[in-house]
Amino acid sequence: MEEILSLFYENREFIFLIIVSIFLGIEVISNVPAVLHTPLMSGANAIHGVVIIGSIIIMLQADPSNYYALILGFLAVILGTLNVVGGFVVTNRMLEMFKKKAK
Amino acid sequence: MNTTILGLSILELSYIVASVTFILGLKMLSSPDKARKGNLIAGYGMGLAIAATILFKEEFSADKWLNYSLILAGLVIGTVIGMRMAIKVKMTAMPQMVSFFNGMGGACAGVISLVEFDQLRHGGEISAGMLIVILLGLIIGSVSFSGSMIAYGKLEGKIADKALPAGQIINIGLLVAIFGLAGYLAFSGHLSMPLMYTLLILSLLYGVLFVMPIGGADMPVVISLLNSFTGMAAAFGGFLYGNQAMLTGGILVGSAGTILTVLMCTAMNRSLTNVIIGSFGGGGAASTKSGEQGTIKEISVTDAAILLAYANKVSVVPGYGLAVAQAQHTVHNLEKILEDKGVDLNYAIHPVAGRMPGHMNVLLAEADVPYPKLLEMEDANEDMGSTDVVLVIGANDVVNPAAENDPSSPIYGMPVVKVWNAKNIIVLKRSMGKGYAGIENELFFHPKNRMLFGDAKDSLEKLIAELKNL
Repeated sequence: MEEILSLFYENREFIFLIIVSIFLGIEVISNVPAVLHTPLMSGANAIHGVVIIGSIIIMLQADPSNYYALILGFLAVILGTLNVVGGFVVTNRMLEMFKKKAK
Repeated sequence: MNTTILGLSILELSYIVASVTFILGLKMLSSPDKARKGNLIAGYGMGLAIAATILFKEEFSADKWLNYSLILAGLVIGTVIGMRMAIKVKMTAMPQMVSFFNGMGGACAGVISLVEFDQLRHGGEISAGMLIVILLGLIIGSVSFSGSMIAYGKLEGKIADKALPAGQIINIGLLVAIFGLAGYLAFSGHLSMPLMYTLLILSLLYGVLFVMPIGGADMPVVISLLNSFTGMAAAFGGFLYGNQAMLTGGILVGSAGTILTVLMCTAMNRSLTNVIIGSFGGGGAASTKSGEQGTIKEISVTDAAILLAYANKVSVVPGYGLAVAQAQHTVHNLEKILEDKGVDLNYAIHPVAGRMPGHMNVLLAEADVPYPKLLEMEDANEDMGSTDVVLVIGANDVVNPAAENDPSSPIYGMPVVKVWNAKNIIVLKRSMGKGYAGIENELFFHPKNRMLFGDAKDSLEKLIAELKNL
């Protein structure tokens, strides 16, 4: 219990950020027209690809002789990149069609 | 200012900029004319965050050449494969593609937790709090990965809906085991790698069993839910590294994804719990009604063409069958021909037509159908009384009257397009097979309804040919 409380204290700024972000996330998308649901889901999917930064940090901090971390980190970089690149490109392809229509 | 501090300042500044682009991106994705720009802006922000991390997070040292080359190699491999998949995928296969990329993100989060756990075992300060964050990242990331892969397989048609006997008890048992094990790992101080792998396997298994029994019609909801799971997993990573970009990005997607999931459930008039726990009954309930069904009337292509050509107002209800047959361009041609003949045509779009909310709009936009012609379900239903002909193309569950008048039906209460209020109904359908929810549709036996059997694209092309001859 004490540990959890101290975790809370040490990370109070982050916890504040988390709570504000939760409300921001809800607020930002609450007026989305149904037309844009699929692109929005896809765009959000690309954004959580930000997890790739974690894999890069692992690779940067790993001891060059720690092959466990290097191999898994390498795998994580590939997975994260797939999420980011695939996500943004797919979303862009969907939205291109809306642009054509606007003319 | 010394170089390290300068670098770290640039790094933190980049993270703030990236976080702002994520918020702006999501915001702009909510309006049709800014959406594309929003996606690009978030993409640039992501690129900035990645580049800044590589350049400034750690001071460069020559003996880490292997680390740096592996990072670059990973980025290149991921980019090449991701690009190819994203460019090649057909518009109709979008939902499963999103699910696939979502799974990749989940797997990435899971792998990060595995490595960090191993690092903790080799020294480093251990606090129960950080351990919990690592363990939750592993559990949620793995569930999201295996669940997304099953959803992908189902939408690709490679995996059938299958419910284990006593599936719910097994799932609850698994959850208890997962959290029990995680609790032990977090508080016992026993950092055992085999136990960590057991946790990984249990979580992967839970993801599989969680999605397996859920019917195909509910897949969009599941994908959206798993999407927000991956967001949360990314946020745990952000917490672990004290990284603002990961935190804001992850949490934003976590909360926005949850809201989107709820919006989808509302569109189907079901609660989230209902989707997760009670999967569709496979038609058992509805089959009891089959005794009182009437006869099915077929219509010839010529008759259908005449009916359409002399109507004042036609409404098209597109469904997944239209997407499968790739008939969005054909239906747009039909629309142009009918407009030339002075017919007023619109499209009645059910919120969950296709396999994702808005999926049908994307497909029709691809075929250049003008935006004002796409009516949302409520508006379409108001107009239905004055509509002469409703053309139902490859839709089934979203026009099923059982949702209104048969309390025993699994879709009872779901808002549907009330096509039976129109003067005539023509249903284009491949066969008399059941819809995605696996239930009978009494609309096909309705006195106003006539069936035009065949592949949607084929039938539409024949209709167009007939119309040109009139």
